[in-house]
Amino acid sequence: MEHLTAWERLNIVHNPKRPNAYDYIEGIFENYCELKGDRLFGEDAAITGGIATFENLPVTVIATVKGKNLEQNKKYNFSMAHPEGYRKALRLSKQAEKFKRPVICFVDTTGAFCGVDAEKRGQGQAIATNLLEWARLKTPIITIITGEGGSGGALGLAVCDELAMLENAVYSVISPRGAASILWRDPKKEEEAANTMKITAEDLKGFEVADAIIKEPIGGAHNDPNMVYENISEYLLKALKTNLQKSVAMLLQDRYNKFRKIGIFDE
Amino acid sequence: MKDLFKVVKDRVKPNQKSKKKEKADIPSGLFFKCPRCQTSIFNEEFEQSMRVCTKCSYHSRLTAKQRLEMIVDEGSFVEYDSSLKSKNPIDFPGYEEKVKDLVKLTGLNDAIITGECLIKGEKVVIGIMDSYFMMASMGSVVGEKITRAFERATEKKFSVILFTASGGARMQEGIISLMQMAKTSAAIAKHSEEGLFYCAVLTDPTTGGVTASFASLADITLAEPKILVGFAGRRVIENTIHQRLPDEFQSAEFLQEHGFVDKIVERKDLRRVLYRLVKFHKKEEQKSWNI
Repeated sequence: MEHLTAWERLNIVHNPKRPNAYDYIEGIFENYCELKGDRLFGEDAAITGGIATFENLPVTVIATVKGKNLEQNKKYNFSMAHPEGYRKALRLSKQAEKFKRPVICFVDTTGAFCGVDAEKRGQGQAIATNLLEWARLKTPIITIITGEGGSGGALGLAVCDELAMLENAVYSVISPRGAASILWRDPKKEEEAANTMKITAEDLKGFEVADAIIKEPIGGAHNDPNMVYENISEYLLKALKTNLQKSVAMLLQDRYNKFRKIGIFDE
Repeated sequence: MKDLFKVVKDRVKPNQKSKKKEKADIPSGLFFKCPRCQTSIFNEEFEQSMRVCTKCSYHSRLTAKQRLEMIVDEGSFVEYDSSLKSKNPIDFPGYEEKVKDLVKLTGLNDAIITGECLIKGEKVVIGIMDSYFMMASMGSVVGEKITRAFERATEKKFSVILFTASGGARMQEGIISLMQMAKTSAAIAKHSEEGLFYCAVLTDPTTGGVTASFASLADITLAEPKILVGFAGRRVIENTIHQRLPDEFQSAEFLQEHGFVDKIVERKDLRRVLYRLVKFHKKEEQKSWNI
């Protein structure tokens, strides 16, 4: 693994050439059929979802989408989903449960969108409901953080049986810029915040929040996307095999324990 | 069971115990100045009204102890896990000292108290967050105490009442604090699957990761009037849209209008409403009908 600081990794994942959700879907799956809308309010392009096959196995794929230019980013709202995005994810996951398909999530988001409409439609409630429902979803869920795992907006797609992170991916409770402005009262201390907050794949593996780190080429995934697709496929094959073998009761018990054990305190 | 939501005279006596001199963390002086309407009220009058602004009915922030005294039967509270103390999981500079100071100032080990109690004789598991402890942000201790409270309630088949107040996930604990959202939500799912009742009472302020987890997952959601409830910080949104938001944005009333709060309950009525809701969900009430 390359030895880079959190800040350096953050710069790699911010590279506009980095593969996005649609690249991963195309590179890893076959027959992707996108399914839209939450059936309650609308469609949210910041999260794409649908059905696909992986090694001939039908799966449900859900992913936050980053654009590669301004026009795309406007369309995908810079990867920041509204409540309807999370509710679409919930709808598709329930569908996956019904048809006994595993759910595979790709997360690269700055965070859930912060805005007036998002508040009116219950951003908090939408994420909370996903946390509760995915804790008991009776089908395997594998989540891969491919770039930024931005706080609750990432967690809304990351209650899972196994969490993997790409080598340069980060996952944090607050963006380094947010942490700098709230905790240091100075947004310019972003770099310092990034390096303090323990947000790299290695940090998270250490905390047992991430279960696996998926290797990237030197300099980042954009330097050899095919290698990354292969590495992800290899990981997915293993993770799916492990979790599809479990009974539903065991799957849910293991998932409960995965999160139950996280917490560092004195007693 | 009749007249469940009708206002009756059976109220907690205001000023029941509030004259104890233990509130080192509450600004003292002759007046309380309402942060909402800026009116100054004599302290005595403010205490009489259960720390509610007599002008605009803003329900001010309480310490967990004050809340406990207003809600539970005297002497009935048995605390859970009071010895849990936070560590410094990401070696965040200055975090241990900050916690140490707050422990001294508030007399609490962290931002929530949990336990069993009686409300008018009905046994419930209760959790009360204390915004005077680091704005009741959720780190490992808050997450663990809530999770254990739900697990015990599931085991003993009790209802749970949570008084929520929080600035959100505790950033000083990094990713570990974010994971508490998933941990608590999973414990609520288990409690719920046993057919048990969970009531959340949203109090000032309930925001961020707490809104995006256990505060939004109750069977019945109550809120105190005029309090702040939301996911994103107001300033964050204002900076994004470059305009000032109206005062009622993210208030309890705003949330109710948009369908996220069942009932806004004044502080003086809370004990009675909670008692009735807990009683309503007792299995024995159904058993008498043989169902």
